[in-house]
Amino acid sequence: MTGRAILLMIGKRLVALVVLVAILSFLVFSLVHIAPGTAVDAYLGGKPATPELVQLLTERYHLDEPFFTQYWLWLKDALVFDFGESTLTTLPVTDEIGIRLGPSAFLAVYAYVLTMILGVVPGIIAALRQRKLLDRGLVAGAVVALSTPPFVMGILLLYLFAVLVPIFPAAGRGEGFFDQLWHLTLPALALALCVAAFLLRHTRASMINVLDQDYIMFARARGLSWGHVLVRYAFRNALIPVVTVSGALLAFFFAGAVFVEATFSLGGIGELLVQSAQTSDMPMIQALAILIAVLIVLSNLLADLAYVAIDPRIRFEGRSA
Amino acid sequence: MSPHTEPTLTSDRPVLEVEGMRIERTDIGAPIVTSLDLQLAAGESIGIVGESGSGKSMSAKALIGLLPEGVVANGTARFDGQNLLGLSERQWRSIRGRQIGMIMQDPFTMLNPVMRCGRILEESLLPERRLSRAERRAEAIRRLAEVGITDESVVERYPFQLSGGMRQRVAIAAALARDPKILIADEPSTALDVVTQREVLALIKRIQAARGMALILITHDLRVAFATCDRIQVLYAGSLVETGRADDVRELPQHPYTQGLLLSEPPADRRVRQLVAIPGSVPSAADVQDRCSFASRCRWAEDVCRDGVPPLAEVGDDRHSRCVRLPEIGAEMATLLSKSEERVVVPAEARSDGALIDVVNIEKVFESGGRTVTAVDDVSISVREGESVGIVGESGSGKTTIARMLVGLESPSGGEIVIDGIPVRSWRALSPRDRRKLRQTVQTVFQDPYSSLNPMRTIGWALKEAITTHDRGGGNVEGRVAELLESVGLSAGYAQRRPSSLSGGERQRVAIARALAVEPRVLICDEPVSALDMSVQAQILNLLQEVRTERGISCLFITHDLSIVRHASEYLYVMHHGKVVESGPTESVLDNPADEYTAQLLNSVPRPEGQWLATGDADEMAATRG
Ligand SMILES: Nc1ncnc2c1ncn2[C@@H]1O[C@H](COP(=O)(O)OP(=O)(O)O)[C@@H](O)[C@H]1O
Ligand code: SF4
Ligand SMILES: [Mg+2]
Repeated sequence: MTGRAILLMIGKRLVALVVLVAILSFLVFSLVHIAPGTAVDAYLGGKPATPELVQLLTERYHLDEPFFTQYWLWLKDALVFDFGESTLTTLPVTDEIGIRLGPSAFLAVYAYVLTMILGVVPGIIAALRQRKLLDRGLVAGAVVALSTPPFVMGILLLYLFAVLVPIFPAAGRGEGFFDQLWHLTLPALALALCVAAFLLRHTRASMINVLDQDYIMFARARGLSWGHVLVRYAFRNALIPVVTVSGALLAFFFAGAVFVEATFSLGGIGELLVQSAQTSDMPMIQALAILIAVLIVLSNLLADLAYVAIDPRIRFEGRSA
Repeated sequence: MSPHTEPTLTSDRPVLEVEGMRIERTDIGAPIVTSLDLQLAAGESIGIVGESGSGKSMSAKALIGLLPEGVVANGTARFDGQNLLGLSERQWRSIRGRQIGMIMQDPFTMLNPVMRCGRILEESLLPERRLSRAERRAEAIRRLAEVGITDESVVERYPFQLSGGMRQRVAIAAALARDPKILIADEPSTALDVVTQREVLALIKRIQAARGMALILITHDLRVAFATCDRIQVLYAGSLVETGRADDVRELPQHPYTQGLLLSEPPADRRVRQLVAIPGSVPSAADVQDRCSFASRCRWAEDVCRDGVPPLAEVGDDRHSRCVRLPEIGAEMATLLSKSEERVVVPAEARSDGALIDVVNIEKVFESGGRTVTAVDDVSISVREGESVGIVGESGSGKTTIARMLVGLESPSGGEIVIDGIPVRSWRALSPRDRRKLRQTVQTVFQDPYSSLNPMRTIGWALKEAITTHDRGGGNVEGRVAELLESVGLSAGYAQRRPSSLSGGERQRVAIARALAVEPRVLICDEPVSALDMSVQAQILNLLQEVRTERGISCLFITHDLSIVRHASEYLYVMHHGKVVESGPTESVLDNPADEYTAQLLNSVPRPEGQWLATGDADEMAATRG
């Protein structure tokens, strides 16, 4: 794939993203009208319907206009990140999200990095020690981690490393990079372990498969050193399927951190999502749904770009001699 | 240069001397190779010949120290004063690549798919030669030129952008990058088309002569070994059964297995009356540890043969055989050999009129990834009543697509197919009656019988199903099943067995029985023997012949193997790139090819008589073929 072809791929993906967001925004907007009661009820979010408030909301959200006009006006605002005000706090939705985005993004990236390290490295080691004690131990550990939900893992870690041996803080998000790192280590671990266990097994299987390939034997038969064969042959090929699955993880960590955020009182996006669903905070739900969809598409795009970089067969697809 | 008459490079002291090498699985102690001896002189080429599973690849891996986990080799393999079989991994590092190189069978899996060919060559060069980047690149290009690749852009390409033959050349260049004294080539040409096969073998031989390198060529094909090697070692079920100079072995085999192998291969240059097939199938090395490994299939076997393993006895100058009864049976073997070599002349009858299958100007275009591929291009073929018609061509020439269109698995993009008077352009448009009639007229036998048999069901079930779907009349179905099994040389007891407990040859027999269940008038056989062991192929070819003559059915025989069509067909179509390039009575096409491509195919069939590898401009041809 030439530079142009890669740009074309990115372009296509971005177009797909726009289409997706357009459809989603329509669905999300329709929520207000599908929800029980009138649209005004939805925007009231449980507050008493005083005539002034009703009047205000009707104007704010153009509720007396026809449906599609309303949608158009809503969309125009949404495009400049104006999703209205939270019915719960009456603060602008975008501000509320902005406050929580930082720690959530930090947590997601941290958990992602931990997952890659904790999944890929032991996965490779297990494959190299196939059927030996270390391999069996790692695989058994992975089974345990895989069957422990993140919030249970969170509570366990909290008890072990914040209460029993208090080396990490039990709550809060911290200020500045290192303080945040320190604060978010346990939550990130809680999130990462389960997925890392999955990745460990995936990496192990991929690595075992690659080690069995003719090109490994042929490389060794030429006298190349084992280290060279491992790095230039085995890792590179074994990581191709790992990279393909890793794309979905980043977005997953971003939205999927609910329980862990609650356990460690982080006040992140996940918590906000739960809260807004509980209180039928319609503008908040709308904004979050779109945010998460965009994140999923973008992180998959990143994974695909990594895939293209690592596997030349994709780059030359359809152009082979 | 004839490989047999150039002993100048051969010094007396062997570079590699293997004695009593035994390879076994550590878990259950079962042997894979019970005993292998080998003496390789500098510059010499030895062929190790054996069917799949005989332990050839394991022997090669043992000699380069790369046996898989759970497999060990004992005995001695003396090289440069040390026993290779006892080396540590660190000691091996100075041997692999530098002293002993290896190339493997499959050029499609041997090269790192994510590395450019230039890098593969550069990293294979000796690490202590401190070359600059530019020098390394120049060296890579020089190495490619040595294997006949003059197109310098190949260094920038990835393996998957090259054809199989080109990949195998790159692999050879990489294997030789550290200039080893010995090259072990494990079936280096088996995965390639016949034309490319000869080019690659010619290349290996040329480099071997130029470098004075010793070669161990591993192959399942006796003819390839005869054509390329000075000496031959025949391996059967993990033990050597015969060794000798190539010419000697070819002229007069001294072990019933070698002879059987030789006779069961149809000769390419003449048609013989009947192939002398070896009955049964190859046992595992573990099952024949206490007797002659060939005893269960040998026509001369007696009690003495099962009384311990016969020694590998010297039976002539540089000649060994592991047959205890050789002195008694030698004369009889020689008679059998000379009788089987008689040529039969097939009377050139005119083709009969009644065309059972008539394919007129047929065409098939596939669309894939925005590209169109014309797999079959304006092909006309007919199969007459009682006739056996061959289609021969390399893989990808469109043979199988034609077969698939004939049985309705694919619809033609253009042209007409008429089977027994019914036009069958589109099977979907046929009435159920016509469709049933067609299924009774045409039946198929494919390359891989396993995939067409339900592994969960017994053989009897599969045959019953075939009988009843076409003939609802009932009758004695059990009796019919037994009859069918018998007609393909299997006992009625096979009805109770499942496909997994059958050997490849037995499964192909079942597939033929199933095809015969509806009493078809035409049998389409698509590479029916190419997945089978060499010693089993002849059984199936003979069976097909027998079925044809007994039942008078026609046959459309599709294969890449010229020797097989010579034996199995009366009328021949030669296909190349989707087109029929030549057709006519088989004998006359093969004896006097009119088309250049047919001649090229004929040239590619391994021939021991001297000049096979030297004929034609193999390397120039390869460079243009890409
Ligand atoms: N990794 C392995 N472990 C144990 N046995 C094996 C292994 N690989 C192959 N074998 C056995 O070794 C025998 C010989 O195989 P191989 O040397 O590949 O035969 P060939 O190359 O002659 O076809 C076979 O019966 C096969 O089942
Ligand atoms: S020893 Fe006996 S069984 Fe074996 S090849 Fe000789 S005659 Fe046949
Ligand atoms: Mg093999």
